[in-house]
Amino acid sequence: MIRFILLQNRQGKTRLAKYYVPLEDSEKHKVEYEVHRLVVNRDPKFTNFVEFRTHKVIYRRYAGLFFSLCVDITDNELAYLECIHLFVEILDHFFSNVCELDLVFNFHKVYLILDEFILAGELQETSKRVCIFSYALTIPYIL
Amino acid sequence: MGSQGGIGQSKEFLDLVKSIGEARSKAEEDRIVLGEIETLKRRLVEPGIPKRKMKEYIIRLVYIEMLGHDASFGYIHAVKMTHDDSLFLKRTGYLAVTLFLNEDHDLIILIVNTIQKDLKSDNFLIVCAALNAVCKLINEETIPAVLPQVVELLGHQKEAVRKKAIMALHRFHQKSPSSVSHLVSNFRKRLCDNDPGVMGATLCPLLDLINRDVSSFKDLVVSFVSILKQVAEHRLPKTYDYHQLPAPFIQIRLLKILALLGSGDKQASEQMYMVVGDIFRKCDSSSNIGNAVLYQCVCCVSSIHPNPKLLESAADVIARFLKSDSHNLKYLGIDALGRLIKLSPEIAEQHQLAVIDCLEDPDDTLKRKTFELLHKMTKSSNVEVIVDRMIDYMISINDNHYKTDIVSRCVELAEQFAPSNQWFIQTMNRVFEHAGDLVNIKVAHNLMHLIAEGFGEDDDTEYTHLRSSAVDSYLRIIGAPKLPSVFLQVICWVLGEYGTADGKYSASYITGKLCDVAEAYSNDETVKAYAVTALMKIYACEMAAGRTVDILPECQTLIEELSASHSTDLQQRAYELQAVIALDAQTVENILPSDASSKEIEIDKNLPFLNDHVERAIEKGAQPYIPESERSGFSSASYLNRQDLYEVPPSHGLRFEAYELPKQPSVPLTTPPVSIGSSNELIPVPEPTYNRGTQAAVSLPSSSNAGPAEVKLRLDGVQKRWGRPTYSSSSASTSAAASQDTVNGVTPPDGATTVTPAISKGRETTYEPTRKTQQAVEISPEKQKLAASLFGGSSKQERKSSLGGGHKTAAKPTGGHAVEAPAKKMAAPVQQPPPPDLLDLGEMTVATTGPLIDPFKQLEGLLDSVELASSTKNHVDVSAAKGPDAMAFYGDSATTVEQGGHHFSSIDDVDNLMSGLSSATTDASSGGGIPTSQLTTQNSKGPNLKDALQKDALVRQMGVNPSSQNPNLFKDLLG
Repeated sequence: MIRFILLQNRQGKTRLAKYYVPLEDSEKHKVEYEVHRLVVNRDPKFTNFVEFRTHKVIYRRYAGLFFSLCVDITDNELAYLECIHLFVEILDHFFSNVCELDLVFNFHKVYLILDEFILAGELQETSKRVCIFSYALTIPYIL
Repeated sequence: MGSQGGIGQSKEFLDLVKSIGEARSKAEEDRIVLGEIETLKRRLVEPGIPKRKMKEYIIRLVYIEMLGHDASFGYIHAVKMTHDDSLFLKRTGYLAVTLFLNEDHDLIILIVNTIQKDLKSDNFLIVCAALNAVCKLINEETIPAVLPQVVELLGHQKEAVRKKAIMALHRFHQKSPSSVSHLVSNFRKRLCDNDPGVMGATLCPLLDLINRDVSSFKDLVVSFVSILKQVAEHRLPKTYDYHQLPAPFIQIRLLKILALLGSGDKQASEQMYMVVGDIFRKCDSSSNIGNAVLYQCVCCVSSIHPNPKLLESAADVIARFLKSDSHNLKYLGIDALGRLIKLSPEIAEQHQLAVIDCLEDPDDTLKRKTFELLHKMTKSSNVEVIVDRMIDYMISINDNHYKTDIVSRCVELAEQFAPSNQWFIQTMNRVFEHAGDLVNIKVAHNLMHLIAEGFGEDDDTEYTHLRSSAVDSYLRIIGAPKLPSVFLQVICWVLGEYGTADGKYSASYITGKLCDVAEAYSNDETVKAYAVTALMKIYACEMAAGRTVDILPECQTLIEELSASHSTDLQQRAYELQAVIALDAQTVENILPSDASSKEIEIDKNLPFLNDHVERAIEKGAQPYIPESERSGFSSASYLNRQDLYEVPPSHGLRFEAYELPKQPSVPLTTPPVSIGSSNELIPVPEPTYNRGTQAAVSLPSSSNAGPAEVKLRLDGVQKRWGRPTYSSSSASTSAAASQDTVNGVTPPDGATTVTPAISKGRETTYEPTRKTQQAVEISPEKQKLAASLFGGSSKQERKSSLGGGHKTAAKPTGGHAVEAPAKKMAAPVQQPPPPDLLDLGEMTVATTGPLIDPFKQLEGLLDSVELASSTKNHVDVSAAKGPDAMAFYGDSATTVEQGGHHFSSIDDVDNLMSGLSSATTDASSGGGIPTSQLTTQNSKGPNLKDALQKDALVRQMGVNPSSQNPNLFKDLLG
């Protein structure tokens, strides 16, 4: 199960943080700080998995952005690594050539798209098209 | 559709984001955010804010919160927004509350009502938004409030709603399994949903349920296998493909489920072999996701009942992973190897060099995984190398959490597999030296016990050799700065017992060292206590041997210092030491016999030697002793003893009269005078320490009375007797324990005698002195040497011994591989044909019509193809008549049963299941021809989807054109 998802840039600024387990605010800040520290200086040749307390963090870097998932110790690491990539592909489709600025200015949309992709800590929908489709359906209401 | 710059957002908002982005320092950012908070606080309370504006404020609140600031002042506005009628605001409201609030927040109560209302909404988008919130916000207490509605939504016509409803139930199950335990049948039904997304989502709760209770889901093995087969055969819509692989995430989930279901169940496992084998063959190992699926296959194979063919495929995959350059794959390879090694230990050997590489890799994650693997494959032949490596690594890291972990692993392995005592002692020394504070105290006691007893060896020379080597090593280490306390205790104890035993070191040398320790660690009372006791033992030994004792000046100062110590324990020991020195050789020999630490000492709990004394005292008018159990509450129960206090009958309530008690001359008063009397005969114990002197005195006579040979004090008895029950304060009880230590010299403070047998046994059984390997490969380079010592080399001989060493699983000889491979190739085609392949044929025969454009028909194809196939191929022999199960499955809908029954006659259970589900979703209650029912579904679905597609032109560009993908599916539909 996914415990939380973090999007951070290289300076450690949080671009998106979604928690699927209840955490205190102070604890959240600590987690964000620690995960950033764990991830930011790792050699790119190293594994994309890091132990984090009793869980593990799967991270992937896209340009200056780190996508980190915290999952159970028994989960399939590679699958979650690809899950990050799928999410990025979804964002890429939605924003057509996504860049960090898209996420910065449209973070609320990213949250909504994420809700179509992952729910209650599990992959809810693995079809790119369906994810975007579900989100895009509501666009007429928003615009 | 790039909405860069944010359509519909005000300049103000964009400026905020921009300025934050451009902030040079954290302080500047904080300043901006604080300003923003002030603005929002002001704006939010203004009357008549336009809705669009309000929505933006809420989003700004989310932003503030995301930057790590407190936006709780605005939570209530987000909650209010969820009440709004328009989807546009409602959804923002729900998004904000899910990000702001935890499930136990007070405001949740205000949202539950809205959620309930929204779950009933006609607009499915509102329902979806509400379900998103349900997943995050509903806690155990509020589950009942929404549960009925969520369950109802499982039958909603929109797949997005069904999917979210399933996820919500999954969440409920995690929070409170009992709340949804009656819904298992609903999950089962959703497994057969028309929409692959819903089916995929249903696997989440099922995985959890199966994890909890495997046995009640065994009947689903067939369904899971058939679903997995269809997924692997690319029957799901193309949109579920990821990097050309058909629905890999669903495959992975299914493989996880199968691993659980097949674990330890031969029959279930046999049903899976074929499909797992197929996936092994089909998976593309060049992409990450393909490897993820392969890895999951390996996990599955290692969990289910073993099948040689699959094990071989798994071994191939592992080999590929380990040979890869990618660290990620190596990591998975190591992990998979660890799983498979239990089933086929010989495969580790092929990968020894790869494993060594990983062990030496600078990447910590990989290294730790490798240590995990090594831990699993440790046996007596390679324990030395592995533990050595572990300790080296342990020394190099700083993370205390992991350090503790690895230390406990080292100790565990060393205790279990140590090839010799000498090695064990040296290893433990290293562990203590570098991580003494992280080691369980029991380990120290085990070590002392080992040095004292030298397990299972009758050979005396070996024995003394062991001790003197221990003494040597400790004298070497003792000067090192900052040794951990536990380790120093061990050192002091060993030096005290055996420091002068072999005559190599003089008493003054050892005592000098001990004084140094006591001085250097003057803050650590336990170490000082151990040091003083050790001094006493050495002096006693000297005196008993008839040599004159000259006490070193520093030793003298130490004793003086300690006899004025704040710690009564240290004082006690210092006085005892002085008392012992003053005695004559014969007495000393009796009270502190040399090398008696491992002698059993018997205790007569009745203390008969005191009888005279007691009688005399009673004659003089003392009160007789009343056993604790017979004492009534008022007389002595409250005598400082907490346990007794609790035993006071409840009717008494609080005892306010407690102050009178000291006058009562009950137990403790009866004993002390007696024992003082007896002790006076032997040792002049100074008055001030009289309470403790008693204990020492009491135990001393017992050993002196009968001499070391016959009288055996039983240690555990001593502690029971003199520990808690009779003496109230904890300091008294520790000193009691400590003084036993002085007398019999063996018990470390908290009764370690109980822990040792386990190790000794383990060591005896696993002791294996021969290690041919290392010599055998000395010519080869460093790494190979390491590999050989780790994996037991490649020679057959060695493997045999390694198999005998620890792995009891039936292992295949490696030679078998070569022979088996061709046989497998032969076998493969023969095994292929069973039902699913026939189904394929069925499809081909029915296929007549051209492709259609409706993408969702693919989904129906997934389900109906099976049905058709089965009806055309109804001559297929039905073997396992699992019919009833499948029926029960759909038992709740009459029409289903009817239709199910209709097909039932001719088809095997898989098909039944699938047909059942398709009929469950159609309205064709008549149970008529299959094609009609399919057409109905199709008609009802088609336009809907088209509408939906037209709603948003943006999405259409991503729409699929399924015609080219899988024409057969569509032919089926009309066939």
